[in-house]
Amino acid sequence: MTHLSLEQIGISFTRGGRTTEVLRDVNLKIEKGEFVSLIGHSGCGKSTVLNIVAGLLKASTGCVLLDDREVNSPGPERAVVFQNHSLLPWLTVRENVALAVDKVLKAKKSKAERRDWIEHNLALVNMTHAAEKRPHEISGGMKQRVGIARALAMEPKVLLMDEPFGALDALTRAHLQDQLMEIHLRLKNTVIMITHDVDEAVLLSDRIVMMTNGPSATIGEVLTVPLQRPRKRLELVEDPTYTHARAEVLEFLYARHAKPAIAA
Amino acid sequence: MALGLSLGRLGAAKPEGARRPLVTAATLKGLALRIVPPLVVLAVFLLLWEVLCQRPGAGLPPPSRVVSEAWEIIAHPFYDNGGTDKGLFWHISASLQRVALGFTLAVIVGVLLGTLVGQSEWAMRGLDPIFQVLRTIPPLAWLPLSLAAFRDGQPSAIFVIFITSIWPIIINTAVGIRNIPQDYRNVAAVLRLNAVEFFAKVMLPSAAPYIFTGLRIGVGLSWLAIVAAEMLIGGVGIGFFIWDAWNSSHISEIIVALVYVGVIGFVLDRLVAGLGHLVTRGTATA
Repeated sequence: MTHLSLEQIGISFTRGGRTTEVLRDVNLKIEKGEFVSLIGHSGCGKSTVLNIVAGLLKASTGCVLLDDREVNSPGPERAVVFQNHSLLPWLTVRENVALAVDKVLKAKKSKAERRDWIEHNLALVNMTHAAEKRPHEISGGMKQRVGIARALAMEPKVLLMDEPFGALDALTRAHLQDQLMEIHLRLKNTVIMITHDVDEAVLLSDRIVMMTNGPSATIGEVLTVPLQRPRKRLELVEDPTYTHARAEVLEFLYARHAKPAIAA
Repeated sequence: MALGLSLGRLGAAKPEGARRPLVTAATLKGLALRIVPPLVVLAVFLLLWEVLCQRPGAGLPPPSRVVSEAWEIIAHPFYDNGGTDKGLFWHISASLQRVALGFTLAVIVGVLLGTLVGQSEWAMRGLDPIFQVLRTIPPLAWLPLSLAAFRDGQPSAIFVIFITSIWPIIINTAVGIRNIPQDYRNVAAVLRLNAVEFFAKVMLPSAAPYIFTGLRIGVGLSWLAIVAAEMLIGGVGIGFFIWDAWNSSHISEIIVALVYVGVIGFVLDRLVAGLGHLVTRGTATA
């Protein structure tokens, strides 16, 4: 059964009397527990797709179905990990996670259970030691980990990640990718992640959704990555399946759908 | 071993030596650097005033005469002979009570209205022009109108405080609300925070540095306004005290009262700034 389904999604923005069609006919079906990456050149509308699934933007045409029910407003069952972490700076790390847990799971868990659940999620991303710190006191990678903990703590049906590691240095990024794979293996979340890092997409995803350039961007091709899990970064470097998938994505991005030089 | 021995010996010879002194030369120097310049300037100012006003025919008394003439009110701030014949403490406390009431009302209404204007495009379009006109009206110009409406000095004075201090609170709150990053709104949307939760958990803390800027301007203005308003409405209050002293030609008492007004205005400003620093955990400039 399809868990999450994007049906004929299209969106246009009107500014100053001029209407621009950003997305057209985006169709995608995602199974439960699947890890799907959206990749494409900047400006192709991949963040717009994610925001529509999150309910933060309204599609002009088409709809998003989650478990066969239409969703058109934001909600915690589609938790978002924002590109710039979006932690509330006046709250500590723990309070940021607690805000989500206390709001979303109020009916489901008792006060004590919620407290344990907050600690559990902080431990999941190895942030217990800095729980009392405020966002400006911790590094970018740590902030992003807290953002992930906050999203996971909502017990979402779908985890939406908008270039979660885009602003991090390469070493921190690799470290967080490994952690994310580990968490995904344990929790079997359904994940949609936006990225423009080809290696990240191949390493993490079950399927890679490649988007054409805008305006009127749509899904150009979907590549299945048939690699066994758990995946090990170092072993994959020489793996023919890995290198083949990587080559396919690169081919799509830089040969068939290269960004026009002016816009790059 | 050798180290322990030598330390022991050192301790025996100089029992206080191991402990760090409470007041170091550096802290004393830092304190002096901050306290000495204002003291010097103040001394020069008083000296200049003394010299200028010593001459015969000077309009104002020199500081030495201010102290000797007004010694009665400086030394006895707490006397109470009934009516308006009270010590400075009672006048100032009456003024402060009016400010506290009027300012508190202004904070509540101002933050709510500011939130409305900051949050709703329609409310901003509708209300902002009115606010921009109303806020330029001098505080005392409201007094006759409020006297006509309330028919009593006390609520009129409080209303003048309210209407004077509310504008900077509204405007700064609105700017603070409008500057809430879209990210925070997205987080609130994903969590499905309701309006009350969003207001208390996201809007207020996010806009707090702006709000406290408005509060500081507001409390300063209300202290400015109360003195003037009390001169007109009479009764107990520092404004009335100053006007009364002028009518009885007690210039020295006026000067003493002005010093009090200035110091209290300064303390009010620091209080609000300190509170802002505390509430926003250091993100508002104190």
